[in-house]
Amino acid sequence: MDRLKIATVWLGGCSGCHMSLLDLDEWLFELAKVADVVYGPLVDTKEYPAAVDVCLVEGAVANTEHVELMHQIRQRTRVLVAFGDCAVTGNVTALRNPLGSAAPVLERAYLDPANLRPALPHEPGVVPPLLDRVLPLQEAVPVDFFLPGCPPPADRIKAFLQELLAGKAPHLTGANLRFG
Amino acid sequence: MAAKVFTIDGQEISATEGQSVLEAAHEAGIRIPTLCHLEGVMDVGACRLCLVEIAGSNKLVPACTTQVADGMVVATTSERLQRYRRLLLELLFAERNHVCAVCVSNGHCELQSLAMHLGMDHVSFPYTFPKLEVDLTHRLFGMDHNRCVLCGRCVRVCWYVEGAATKNFSGRGASSRIISDLNQPWGESRTCTACGKCVHACPTGALFEKGTTVGEMQKDRGKLEYIVTAREKKQWIV
Ligand code: SF4
Ligand code: SF4
Ligand code: SF4
Ligand code: FES
Repeated sequence: MDRLKIATVWLGGCSGCHMSLLDLDEWLFELAKVADVVYGPLVDTKEYPAAVDVCLVEGAVANTEHVELMHQIRQRTRVLVAFGDCAVTGNVTALRNPLGSAAPVLERAYLDPANLRPALPHEPGVVPPLLDRVLPLQEAVPVDFFLPGCPPPADRIKAFLQELLAGKAPHLTGANLRFG
Repeated sequence: MAAKVFTIDGQEISATEGQSVLEAAHEAGIRIPTLCHLEGVMDVGACRLCLVEIAGSNKLVPACTTQVADGMVVATTSERLQRYRRLLLELLFAERNHVCAVCVSNGHCELQSLAMHLGMDHVSFPYTFPKLEVDLTHRLFGMDHNRCVLCGRCVRVCWYVEGAATKNFSGRGASSRIISDLNQPWGESRTCTACGKCVHACPTGALFEKGTTVGEMQKDRGKLEYIVTAREKKQWIV
C-alpha cells in the first residue's frame, strides 16, 4: 500500500490540539510506519502539497488568509477533519462574535492599553485582516469528519486515526464526543 | 390505583394510573433523553427531547407529559425520533453561546452530556452568536444567559418548591429570557430568599454559585429531592 500523506494546519487556535497530537508519544512511531506528515506547523514546507490524503485542521477560520488557505486545502485534500473544538464550533476563538465585528477586540488589544503611538496593525499583504465573524470550519468549507475536544485527548485522536488508517469512516461515540 | 399495561420498544410493562410514559419507562430501565424534566417538580414539556411515537398517531408526543394508557404502544428510538432529537439539540447549541471549554459546568452539564449520548459531533446550523448578558448582581449567585436553554426548571423550583416566585419568563421565542421579579437585576430582587434551589435545578452553566470557575460548578439535585420527598411523602431521607 502507498504511504498515506497526512497534513496538519493551525488556524485560529492556541496550538493545544497540536500539543495533544504530540501526546500520542510512541504511537507516533506506529503512525510513521504507514504515513508521512507532509505539511503543517511541525514540518518545514511552505506550499501545501497536492493529493494529500488526510488533513487535520486545528482552529477556527478567523482571518482572510485562513479563508484562502482553506479553499486551497479543500481542493488538494481527500479527507478534511475539523480537529478540536475551535474548528468544530468556533469555541474560544469565536468568543468575539457576539460583539459584531473585529474592531472592539483590536481596539481593546492595541489602542486601550497603549501609551506610545497607539495604532491598529495595518500591513496589507503581511498581516491578514481579521474577519468580522469567526467561522467554524464547516461554515467555510465542506468538512468530512469532526473530532471534538478542547483539546481532543491523545487517546481520542488515536481512536480516530486508527479507524481512518484501517480505511473505515471514523465514528466517535460516548465520552469520545465530549466538547470542552 | 389501577394498573396499566402497555408496550414500549417491544417490551410489555405495567405502570400505575396517572404515571407519565417517561416515569414508567425509567422504572422499567428504558432511558429516554430529557432536559426540562426534573425529579420532584411538575413536567411542562418544554424541551421536546423526550418525544416518543405512539402507534396509531402520526403526532410525536413528549413522554414527560403523556400519561400511560392501557394497550398503548410506544416507540422511543425510531430513526425519525433520533433525527428530531439531534436537530433539537443542534438548535439549542446554535441559539446561544456555548463554549464548554471555559464554562463553569464543563464536565457536569446535562446539555453537554446529551450531545455526547445523542452522537452530536457538530452543529450543522450556522451559530447565531447573540449578544447576551451575565447578571452578577446577586450576592451569592450568577446568571449567564449565554448558557440558558429556557427549560424553565429554575422557574418551577422557585415557584413550587421555594414558593418565592422570583424567577420568571419574559419575551417570546428566541428573545425569551429568564428574569428576576419584574425584570430587574437579580441582586435587587425583594422576593429572592437566596435559597439556591434554582442554581441546583439548572441543567447547564446558566445558573452558578459565584466563585466557581471552569468545570467547578457541580449541581446537587439531592437537596431538591430531599425537600420534595419530605413535603410529599413526609419522609426525611438520610
Ligand atoms: S452550559 Fe453545558 S453545553 Fe453550554 S457551554 Fe456550559 S458545559 Fe457546554
Ligand atoms: S435563590 Fe431561591 S428564591 Fe432566589 S431566585 Fe433562586 S430559587 Fe428563587
Ligand atoms: S437558567 Fe437554567 S434552569 Fe433556568 S431556564 Fe435557563 S437553563 Fe433552564
Ligand atoms: S423532558 Fe419532556 S419535553 Fe423536556
